[in-house]
Amino acid sequence: MRDSCVNPLSRPVKGAGGPTGSWRTSRPVLDGRKCNNCLLCWLYCPEGSISKEDRAIDYDFCKGCGVCAAECPQKAISMVKEEV
Amino acid sequence: MKRILDTGNAACALAVKAAKVDMVAAYPITPQTSVAEKLAAYIAEGEMDAKYLPVESEHSVMSAVSAAAAAGARTFTATSSQGLLYMHEILHYAAGGRLSLVMANVNRAICAPWCLYVDHQDAVSQRDTGWIQLFAATTQEIYDSVILAYKVTEEINIPVMVNYDGFLLSHSMMPFEIVDQEIIDGFLPPFSPAWRLHPQWGGTFGNVTPSDQYPPYRNSLAADIVKAGEIIEKNAREYQRLTGHWHGGLFDIYRPEGAEVFLLSMGSMAAEMELAVDILREEGVPAAGLRLRVFRPFPARELCRILPGGARLLVFDRNHAFGTGSGALLSEAKAALFDRKDVIKVTGQVMGLGGEDLPAAYLVQKAREMMGVLK
Amino acid sequence: MSVKIKDMPDIDYVLPGSAACAGCPSAIALRIVGKALGENAIMVMTPSCAVASIGLLPKSCYSIPVLNICFASAGASGGGLTLALDALYEKGRLQGEKPTVFTWIGDGGTYDIGLQGISAAAERNDDFIHFCYNNEAYSNTGVQRSGATPLHAVTTTTPLGKEVARKNVPLLMLEHRIPYMATASLAYPLDLYRKVEKAKSVKGFKYIEILSPCSPGWKFAASDTVELSKRAVKSGSWLLWEAEYGKLTLNNPTRLLAEGKTQPIPVEEYLKDQGRYARLLKHPQKEEYLAAIEAEIRRELTFMADRAKL
Repeated sequence: MRDSCVNPLSRPVKGAGGPTGSWRTSRPVLDGRKCNNCLLCWLYCPEGSISKEDRAIDYDFCKGCGVCAAECPQKAISMVKEEV
Repeated sequence: MKRILDTGNAACALAVKAAKVDMVAAYPITPQTSVAEKLAAYIAEGEMDAKYLPVESEHSVMSAVSAAAAAGARTFTATSSQGLLYMHEILHYAAGGRLSLVMANVNRAICAPWCLYVDHQDAVSQRDTGWIQLFAATTQEIYDSVILAYKVTEEINIPVMVNYDGFLLSHSMMPFEIVDQEIIDGFLPPFSPAWRLHPQWGGTFGNVTPSDQYPPYRNSLAADIVKAGEIIEKNAREYQRLTGHWHGGLFDIYRPEGAEVFLLSMGSMAAEMELAVDILREEGVPAAGLRLRVFRPFPARELCRILPGGARLLVFDRNHAFGTGSGALLSEAKAALFDRKDVIKVTGQVMGLGGEDLPAAYLVQKAREMMGVLK
Repeated sequence: MSVKIKDMPDIDYVLPGSAACAGCPSAIALRIVGKALGENAIMVMTPSCAVASIGLLPKSCYSIPVLNICFASAGASGGGLTLALDALYEKGRLQGEKPTVFTWIGDGGTYDIGLQGISAAAERNDDFIHFCYNNEAYSNTGVQRSGATPLHAVTTTTPLGKEVARKNVPLLMLEHRIPYMATASLAYPLDLYRKVEKAKSVKGFKYIEILSPCSPGWKFAASDTVELSKRAVKSGSWLLWEAEYGKLTLNNPTRLLAEGKTQPIPVEEYLKDQGRYARLLKHPQKEEYLAAIEAEIRRELTFMADRAKL
């Protein structure tokens, strides 16, 4: 389908808000040995930057909010300060 | 073709039915009400295959039809006066979003103080919303203009407002001809926009836009609405070819032969204006009636083309352009004629507010006053 | 019958790298809602944080079609869109399954400027889901007070704390006796998911309000969005319930609180980490104020327990 040339339209794209990984002051780091695959981190990540399949974190866009670490029942995610 | 006797509002509703509109949303206001009532009845009785949304305000009317049009539905609504003013925010939205919409505005004065009768302040107040504005002067013209409006809005993605005078046209019975459905269907195929608000097309419509991206949208609307004049004329000719109905192009001119004095007006006032022209002609004044059918885009080039060098233009405004000392038509006409090298004398008066009666004798008297001013 | 997180589809309405604040409750909620509604959906938005989160044209963080319309327009635009789709599908001009229409609106667009249109859509029983993500202020424009801002909360337009209580729009919607409505919390994602699935399965007007603790607005650490959601429910400050045609059912843990089977946590546990209550918590009459808040919570729980019997 072609876009109308006149309607003000935007298209879905990763990073519509920019490279939001640069907002981060600390990064979530997952200890895979503690993870019990409950997937709460995947569900709660506001960025959708934790993979459902293997909990890999997309640091290009993770804003470092820390919700994943706070909600992890296994305390398998720790927040590590970003070095400048 | 079938000839019937009915009101302007009835003609409007019949045209909406003939246009095979998908959805109607409306909120009642005098003198628009019988349009909404008739459409609700057509839909309820199965005479019209459409949905009716009885919304709770005019702001909601325009919000509803805008969303429906984005999905690719052919929609209709009608309003008047305060209702049109209450839509103002979404009128801008619909035009800026380049949505194809048709609305009838049954012209009525606005408050304060309250008044139920005709003038053009409601429509003129929406001048800069980016809507195309047509003005009809007869019941037949209301019917034909509504059909034409769909053709135009779906070709150019700019919403169209069909204006006609409250009570004088909306409630007066006049004979008019209903066009055969096959002819309308041929003229107006189903609406099929290039983009729809739907998962099959996708996209986010109208999100926040940075300064370097914003101007092209607004500027293209400004450029395209100017082009609408040609598109209106082209489609009016095509409609004439199919139906024989013709009400003029951008202007409807009465007795142009040898004319030097032009009486410019809009809406139903033109009928009495024709009588006034006849009286002036009998008195030896080379007068002509000039009825503006398209207020937006303002047909500036066409006005320049019509007026011969040395002509006098007398403007009869049924509205105020507050702060200019006169009405909107006068301002528009003066601006249109400014670039002409030869001298055209222009003046105008505001009259007929709130349904004030404008019989031919009164218009003749006003024309004489204006000619006196130009001497 | 209840879904497990691992069974939720890997559909994302919100793509990574949105312009939302870190820890944004709207983004979290919308991601969960999207998994329940699926890809065949259209979202209507009015000015709000969730719109500011989109990014700038020509980019969008939302994967589904979105209409960004004016502030008071949610009810009418949702209603107009869904009715237009009905017409187009019935006439065969669109083929396949009609998409789910939903509005994603803040408390400003629901409680204040949009209330009239939403009430009208509910009364007409228009076929769409109205979501209110309630962050209890005009957070998008810099945290001004709204009709949903609670008593004592400091906002940029209530610098001394709000002097009047919030209104109760969910109760108002309850008495519209719509086919389905619910309140929900990020801390109970399975409950939220179930309610959205239920709403999707019902024809007519549905209303779901999700309490959305807002880190910059309420002034707490971004990591605590879900934790504060939990404390809101456990303290009885936010009640979980659902209703069909006005028939009310309380959901746990609210039900246990209302039946007196468990006790609410002290409301101070909920308020203490929110900077917007710092003034209240330092006030000489703090204990008196907190007691009044807890008395109001008990009154509301009693009211809802009795209302659920009707």
